[in-house]
Parts: sequence; C-alpha cells; structure tokens
Amino acid sequence: MSDQPRLIDSYTAPKDVLEEFAQLADEEDVDPFRETATSRQISARQSDYHNRRFERQGIAGTDAFKDAAEGKDSEGGYKDAMRLANLEREEQRVRRAIQEKEKREREEGTSRDELDRTPPASEIDEVLKDVEASLAASGKRKRRWDVGDDDEPAKPDGEWSDKAIEDAAPKKRRSRWDATPADVSAVGAGEPKKRSRWDETPATAPGGLAPIFMAAPGINADGQHNRYMTDEELDALLPPTGYAIVAPPPGYATRAPTRNLGATPISSLGGFHIQDDAEPSAAAAAAAQMAPELPTEIPGVGTLAFFKAEDAKYFEKILTEEDETQLSVDEMKERKIMRLLLKIKNGTPPVRKTALRQITDKAREFGAGPLFDKILPLLMERTLEDQERHLLVKVIDRVLYKLDDLVRPYVHKILVVIEPLLIDEDYYARVEGREIISNLSKAAGLAHMISTMRPDIDHADEYVRNTTARAFSVVASALGIPSLLPFLKAVCRSKKSWQARHTGIRIVQQIAIMMGCAVLPHLRNLVDTIAHGLEDDQQKVRTMTALGIAALAEASAPYGIEAFDNVLEPLWKGIRLHRGKGLAAFLKAIGFIIPLMETEHVGYYVKEVTIILIREFQSSDEEMKKIVLKVVKQCAATEGVTPQYIKQDILPDFFKSFWIRRMALDRRNYRQVVETTVELAQKAGVAEIVGRIVDGLKDDSEPYRKMVMETITNVVQALGASDIDDLLEVRLVDGIINAFQEQTTEDQVMLDGFGTVVNALGVRVKPYMTQIVSTVLWRLNNKSAKVRQQAADLTTRFAVVIKQCGEDQLLAKLGVVLFEQLGEEYPDTLGSIIAAEGAIANVVGMTEMQPPVKDLLPRMTPILRNRHEKVQEASINLIGRIADRGAEFVPAREWMRICFELLDLLKAHKKAIRRAAVNSFGYIAKSLGPQDVLSVLLTNLRVQERQSRVCSTVAIAIVAETCGPFTCIPAILNEYRTAELNVRTGCLKALSFVFEYIGPQSAHYCDSVVTMLEDALTDRDLVHRQTASTIVKHLALGVAGMGCEDSMLHLMNLVWPNCFETSPHVIGAVMDAIEAMRVTLGPGILLNYTLQGLFHPARKVREVYWRIYNALYLGASDAMVPFYPDLGELSEGNNVYDRHMLQMVI
Amino acid sequence: MASELRYTANAQLEHLHARYTGTGHADMTKYDWITHQHRDTCASIVGHPPLTSYLAIADGESIGRVKFEMTERMLQPCGPPPPKNDE
Repeated sequence: MSDQPRLIDSYTAPKDVLEEFAQLADEEDVDPFRETATSRQISARQSDYHNRRFERQGIAGTDAFKDAAEGKDSEGGYKDAMRLANLEREEQRVRRAIQEKEKREREEGTSRDELDRTPPASEIDEVLKDVEASLAASGKRKRRWDVGDDDEPAKPDGEWSDKAIEDAAPKKRRSRWDATPADVSAVGAGEPKKRSRWDETPATAPGGLAPIFMAAPGINADGQHNRYMTDEELDALLPPTGYAIVAPPPGYATRAPTRNLGATPISSLGGFHIQDDAEPSAAAAAAAQMAPELPTEIPGVGTLAFFKAEDAKYFEKILTEEDETQLSVDEMKERKIMRLLLKIKNGTPPVRKTALRQITDKAREFGAGPLFDKILPLLMERTLEDQERHLLVKVIDRVLYKLDDLVRPYVHKILVVIEPLLIDEDYYARVEGREIISNLSKAAGLAHMISTMRPDIDHADEYVRNTTARAFSVVASALGIPSLLPFLKAVCRSKKSWQARHTGIRIVQQIAIMMGCAVLPHLRNLVDTIAHGLEDDQQKVRTMTALGIAALAEASAPYGIEAFDNVLEPLWKGIRLHRGKGLAAFLKAIGFIIPLMETEHVGYYVKEVTIILIREFQSSDEEMKKIVLKVVKQCAATEGVTPQYIKQDILPDFFKSFWIRRMALDRRNYRQVVETTVELAQKAGVAEIVGRIVDGLKDDSEPYRKMVMETITNVVQALGASDIDDLLEVRLVDGIINAFQEQTTEDQVMLDGFGTVVNALGVRVKPYMTQIVSTVLWRLNNKSAKVRQQAADLTTRFAVVIKQCGEDQLLAKLGVVLFEQLGEEYPDTLGSIIAAEGAIANVVGMTEMQPPVKDLLPRMTPILRNRHEKVQEASINLIGRIADRGAEFVPAREWMRICFELLDLLKAHKKAIRRAAVNSFGYIAKSLGPQDVLSVLLTNLRVQERQSRVCSTVAIAIVAETCGPFTCIPAILNEYRTAELNVRTGCLKALSFVFEYIGPQSAHYCDSVVTMLEDALTDRDLVHRQTASTIVKHLALGVAGMGCEDSMLHLMNLVWPNCFETSPHVIGAVMDAIEAMRVTLGPGILLNYTLQGLFHPARKVREVYWRIYNALYLGASDAMVPFYPDLGELSEGNNVYDRHMLQMVI
Repeated sequence: MASELRYTANAQLEHLHARYTGTGHADMTKYDWITHQHRDTCASIVGHPPLTSYLAIADGESIGRVKFEMTERMLQPCGPPPPKNDE
C-alpha cells in the first residue's frame, strides 16, 4: 500500500469478500478431522501429571525364584533395583543441592563462570563411590547414570578404572551430544520461577549431570552458541590421540527414540541432527514422515484399517520385503510377532481376531522377552489412541495368561506401562489396568511383585509413588489383604524415608477405596498399620493417614467402629493442633468415623469437633469449605446428635457463614449447601430451617433465591409442611409467589418448588388461591412461550389442590383459558397446556368439566395430527380419559372420527403413546359398541405399514377383551377368509392376542376356531404356521383342564409335523405350542409322540426329538415315570432293564 | 436377527437342557437313557409316600427299608455300564 492518500475509496472488491477468499484458501488445506485426531490421542488430552508416565522406564529384572532353583546367582534383581533407586535418590539430592547453591550464588551475584563449575567435590565423591560400588557389583548396568564427569579437563581419568570409563563414556557422550527435547526443557527449569517444579518432580530430569552445567543462569540451551558440539567439532578440538569413540555396551538401548524424531528444537536449529545408529527405525520413521503416502498393504500382513506415520518406526522391519532365508530363527520370530501385533493394532476386526488368537496360542513359543520387547514400546508411544491402547492391553492380558511365571523378568517393565492406566480418567481404562495388574500378580507371585515394586515405594517422584500405591492395592485385592499385611506394616513404619511411609499409607487408602466393605475382616489390622501415621513428623504423612482412615471408615460403614478405637484420640487431638490441609484431612476422617459410632458416644465427639468446624466455617479455602459442609452433614445425620444441639450450637453460625449470596454462585458449593441444610432440617425441623431462609426468597440475587427455593423444596418434600405455623405460612407463600414472579429464566427449580410447597400445604393455601391463580392466568397469556408453558405445567400440579380448596370456579376459569390456548403454536407449550387441561378434567370430572367435554373433544381431534411426541402423548391421555369416563357426552360420529385419527398414533415411536392409543380403542369400543371400531381396525389390517398392523391386532384383541370375545371372533374369522396375506396374518395375530387375553374363556371358542387353525397350520406359508402355533399355544394354555382335550389333540397332530422347521421364529413358536400341549394333554401323550424318534437312524430327527424330550423331561419328569415304556426285553448280560418295582401287585 | 436368534435362543435351549441330569442328546445309548428312567422311577417312589407304602405292603418290608433300597438302587439301577467297544 502506498503512502499517498487514495483518491478513490476503493478499487477492489470489498474487504470482507477478500477476507472470505483468504479464509477459503486457508480452509482448503484444513483437515476437518485434525482436531478430533489429537483428542483421540491419549497423551494429547491428558494432563501433565498423567504424561509424566513417559519419563519412567522399566527395569529388566530376572526371575530370582527360577535362578535360585537352578543354583544361579540372579543379577539385576531386587538388590540391584534397590541400589539403583538409592542412586537415583542420591542423584536427586545432589542435583537439588547444586541447584540450591547456584541459586544462592546467583543471588549473591557471584556466578559468572558457571560453565566451568564442577559440583561440590564432596557431593560428587559420594555419588561416585556409589557408582563404583554398583559397577563393581554388577558389572553391567541397567540404567543410565550420567553423573560421571570424566571429560572435565580438571578431572583426568586417573582415579577411574578402565572398565568404568568404557561403561560410562559412551553414555556420557550421548547425554551431552544428542540432547533430547526433554533435556532441553529440563535445562529451562533452572530459572528461578520454575524452581517449585523441581521440588515437585525431582526424579524426572533424565539428562544426567550435563543439564546442570547447561542450566547456568542466562544461558539458553536452544541458542546457536550453546548447542552441544558435533562429532566434527569435537574431532577438531580434541587431540587425535588419547581419545576414542567407544561403542555402546550391548545392553544399552535408547530410551525414547521418539524424541529424536521430527520437530525437536535441536534439529530445527539447522543441520544439527545426529541420526542414532542404534535405531535405524528412527530413520525409517523420519522417512515415513517425509513421504506423505503411508502403506495400507504390508507384505505378509495384508490390508490394514489404517497406518500411522508413527507406526513406521516400530514396524520398520516388516515394511519391506526381505529374503526370509537369510534370517536367523530369532529374527524370524521377531518379524512374526511384529506382523501379528500390527494386525492386532491396525487391522480390521476379523484380522485382529485371528491375530490375537495366534499370538495367544504361540505366546510361550515366542517367549516373554521378544513379545514384551515389541509390545511395551508401542504402549509408550506418545501418539497412542484409545482403541490401540485397548487392543495392546488386551494382548498383554492374553499373553500374560499363557506365559504365567515366565513374565517375572518383565514385571517392572509391564508395570511402568500399565500403572498409568490406574489413574486414567476413563473408567474402562482403569478397569483394564486393574485387571492386568491383578493377573500379573497372580502370575508372578506376591514375593516377586513386592521385590519388584519395593524400590518404587520411596521413589523420588510423587507420580511414581502414586501409581505404585494404586498398583499395590490391586495386588492386595488379587492376592488377599492378609498376605500383604506384614509388608505394609513394615513399609508404614519405615524409618528411612517418609516417602515410604506415605506410600504405604496410601496403599492402605487405595485398598479401602477399591475393595469397599471387603476390608471389614482386616479392618483392625489395616487401621493399626497406619494409625501411628497420625503423629508422624511429616505433614504429608499425617494428611495421608487421615485420608486413609477416612477411606477405611467410609468403606466399612456402618460397621467396625471398634477397629478405630486407637485413632480416635489422635484424631480429635489432631484437629486442635493442625491447620490448613492437614486439618481438612483430619476433619474428613472424623466425618466418616462419626456415623459408625454408638449413639451414646456420638454427642461427646461431635461437641469436640463442632468447635473446630465452627471456626473453619469462616475459612476461605474452597476445599476446606466443602469438607466442613460434608462433616456437618455427616454429624447431623447421626442418631446421637440431638435436635436441640443442632439448633443451638450449629445453626446460627452455619447460616451466618454459608447462607450468603456468594455460596449460590458456585455450582458445587450451592449443591453442598443445599444438601447439608436439608440434612440439618431432618433434625432441626422444617419450621426452624424454612423460617431462617424464607426471607431469602425475596433476595435481590436470583441464584440465591434459587438456592433457597431448592432447599425449601427438598425440605418440604421430605418432611411435609405440617410444622409450618400460620405466620411462617404467610411469609413462605408470599416469598414463593414473589420468587416465582421475579424469575428471569424459567427454571425447573421454581416450578418444582412452587408445586411442592402448594401441594404440601394443601387446603391451607385457600386464602392465597385467588392470587396464585391470577398469577398463573396472567402468565398463561405471556408473550414468551416458555412462561406460558411453565404456567400450564404449574396448573397441572395445582389442579388437585385447587379442587381440595373448593375453588371450583377457579378451576373452571383455568379450564376455559387453557381451552382458548389450544391454538398454541409451540409444541412443547401446547403439550403442557393439553396436559393441564387433562389434569383439570381429571379432578373435576367429565360432567362438571368446563368447557364441556362435547366442546373440548372436537377441538382435540385436529390436534391429534400433531407430530410432536409431547403433544401426542398429552392429547391421547386426555382423549383416553374422556373416552373412559365421559364417552356419552360426545356424539358417536365424533368418536369415529377420533378412531381414524388414532390409527395414525399407532405409528408413533414412543411406546407409551401406542399403548395409550390402543387402550383408547378399548374405551371407545366399550361406549360405542364394537362393530364400528372393529371394522375400522380390521380395515386397517390392509395397510402396508407393519407397526400399524401389529397395533391394530392388539387393539382388536383389546376390543375383544372389553366387549366380550363373542363380538369379535366371528368378525375375525370372517375377515380371515379374505384372500390377502397381510389380512390373514393380521387376523391370526389378533386371534393370538385375543386368546392370550381371555385365558380360560377360550374354552367356549376353541371348537369354533379349530377349522380355521387347521387351515392355517397346513398353509404353505411359514409365518401362517408360526402364528397359528402361537394361537395354539395360548389356546392350549387357556383351556388346560377344561375338557377340550379332543380338539387339542387334533391341533397337536397338526402342530407336531412342524417340529422339523429350522427358521428360528417358527421353531420357537412350534416348541412353545408343544410345551403348552404338555400342560393340556399331559406328558404321557407327548412322551408317546416323542418315543417315535428318540432313536431314529437319522441324526437330524434324533436331535429334534431329544430336544422335545428334554423340554418334556424338565417340565414334568416325575409325571413321566408311569408312562415310560416297559423295556425289559432289551435286557442283556448284566444289564436288567425291567422296572420290577412297578410290576408289584397286591 | 435371524441368525442371532438361531445362535442364542435354540443353542441356548440345548445348552440349558444339558445342564440338568436326566436330559438326553442325540448320541445317548439305551443304557444311559434307561438308567435315567430307573432312577426317576426310584425317586418318584421315594417322593410319593402312598407309592412307598404300597410297595412296602407288596414287598412285606418296612417303609423305611423300601425307601433305603430305592435310594441305594439309584446308584447303578441297571447294573454296570456295558463296555464301550460294542459298536
């Protein structure tokens, strides 16, 4: 744009048009699914805390039990793990000390040459000693340990053994040269404002010591000058002799290859990116990222449902075709596993299913090592989605089952991957995680689980401890609490670290939460295990103990108070000593223990705690407020607390602190306050509570009015209004009318409140009725449809009370106004209006109804055509009611018109509507006589729509039931002669319902329908025979014991050949008919039929006959005894088949 | 729907039947079937007191003895099972 002012306003298209085009251009390369794709990724939507799981790594262990059995010394077992844990903690301590010092120095302004600084010698020495010890002990190290600073110029390698250098050097280099993004972020953490995060997650910086040097103030690791040196640069710097690049040791694997990929900040600096030699897959992945098209067809795998860029690096080896003959057995196995996993993870359901079965069957053949080496990294992938995780977890579950104790060396690795599931926000993920850990502990055994998880118990990272505690609780529930108790006792008493005690207590808490009342048998032991924690030096331990006790008490309610005897004193003492978070936890524990107590003790304890509670009423902490409210609620609900006490000691302060406008603004506080107040009302009485808050109904703040209204509603609903005296009644009704009129958003709360209170007061509202009704009438004519709807809903609720008050003319007035409103255009409102009219008609009665029924009903006929469900339901209810009670007020012609309209309602989706419509036919037929209605319904059998026909058949049956079967059966039989399939089936169906409804009355009609059934049962059409069989069933059950055996036997002969049908519905109906015949004809006759085919040469025949025999046998085995044939002549050798006991004669 | 029903309703019915003693299947031998009949007969006699006393009078035994014998008889009412290889 030029600087000169433009002469013309605009040469170009308007700005908004241009913008629109720009937007369109932008939109073109927008992937509409991108947003959902990231949210499908588990790590993308989880919190930082959840994603800390990526910072953990598993330790490959050994099977100490097997080694011991084979007389070997196990390595990498518990001892090693513990030593590593100790080292890690020490590392943390040193690092923190260094941090601390740096900060101090920075504050003093003395940290200029930070880069050359070495950590304090004493600290380093200490660590080095540990490192050496560990090296000497195991020779091979499982975890990275980068504290060695051997290439510091100040420290020549003199004091180091050659071996140590060989082990340490390459890793050292790695950590400095290939800095991963995580390292970089850790470097950033050195700045003062982030210090608190260091304290919180001490163990997570994975970069070793190098980041510390890089963490000097003012140094930005991302900067061009501060990047790590490349190989070339180092070559140029260092003398050519005396230095060697050492190959990484065999057991060493890069931990998170993903971080070397793609958009790491380092690689974006321009050219600086060292491809990791050990991970060729990374190259493939990088290549895959560059190449946009991804394979959907993998050699040896087939077509996949999808393939992600990230999958390439895991399945790189099977993506290309290679010469299988060149591969060793192990390599073949590895590829086989990869193919199966890829099929399971990315395949279509059938492919997935077979692959899952294969991998399960071959699990032991593949071995635990190769399997988990492939599965576990996949689960740690950052782009993992729910479905993939579910499938992989399923694989682990199946494989675990097969591998059994072979999994032992991999327990820790599996736990690292599975534990995060336990704190997942998805319920099913948590259940899956629990399932796996439970199976794992059953496979590995308690001892191995403990020795594997023990090092994590006092891990420096809170995240690790948290998940470990949860995993331990799962182990406890899988293997039983008693087996874990000794270990828990020891951990909870650990003197070495408070973290161990904290985690131990948390395990107990988690056990209680997870197992619920199953803790009862071990309650005393569990409480005693953690009881001493209440007086721990560490605030966190005390808090956790109180939470643990709360969980135990909650789980064991209402039993087990005796188990808590030991903790009562420290708890009650504790609430006087503590403040803040600790106090909140103690109060929570008390809140859960009080309901368990004996009634006579409760008073004392509640008094003690009330002082503190009242003090904390003023607390500004939201969490504290919630807990205090909860405890008050729990105390109030306990039997031993007297109403007097509540009224005098709790209520005044309670109302002062909690019944304020601010509490109504936050949804959760609102809920809690309402619940607690209702609970207090149970003790203190309606009048006390309502009296205190009723003036709030005239408050200026609408949320506050709503809170008052909801509380009053709940209180009055629970306790009635008989306590409310005249004065309060005036204030209450006045307040409610005011609150109702003042509402700005039409709310269910106000509606419910008004309805509940008026209904509770009953006749006492008579003086206010005129006022209330005029409010309603006024609102019925309001501009807003919502307001009209609410007014109509209110009328529905009031109708009974208005009648009780004897205000019939008010009802009539309302009825007329509502009648005038029937032209309402908003369906929701119209539905409410019709429902209100119905409610009035209900209480007034059809004769007194204003407007008269004969005017009302014709007005309803067109409304029946409305398609809205609410309208349909309300109108069909009203019409059904009128047809039931006052059909005579309406001319028959009108009813016939309604009958036709009702047929449409039979198509409704909602079952209630269809049912109401069908019933209405019954009522109408009763008043009009069945002929006309029946002919309408029978004609309706000709329509196409199945649902409508089915409902017509039901309606016919109902008409038959209400008007007597003799009115309908001839018509149905006559209609059956129509040569139309649908009509005949419809007739059969109707008949089936008729016989189902009339039961024993069928005896009079069974001879009349036999000929029709003969025809139907010999029809070629399957459905005919099926429906006829259903009729036979209902008929046979209806006439059992009524002397119709001859015709039944005839029908039986017609039904029987159908037993070879294979269509499921038909065979079901036929079998039912045969069973019904058993009831009518007796099992003897049926047995004789069955005997013909039980040993038939054709298996197909035998199978059917045995099925019938079994049904017969289960139905009447005892009654069949006299009918069994005499099989004495079959006796041979030792087997005598005569039933001598039946051949005795006196 | 149809296949679902075939797999659920009827297969379930057979499964359900197989869970009870005394029910049979297409491959049942006459020995097994008749044994069940005998057991049912014995159980029926023990379970209906008039039948038991009728049998006791006919046999000239006490009712208790008849009951005992019927119960004992239920073990192998038709003798030991015939050898399997006769087919």
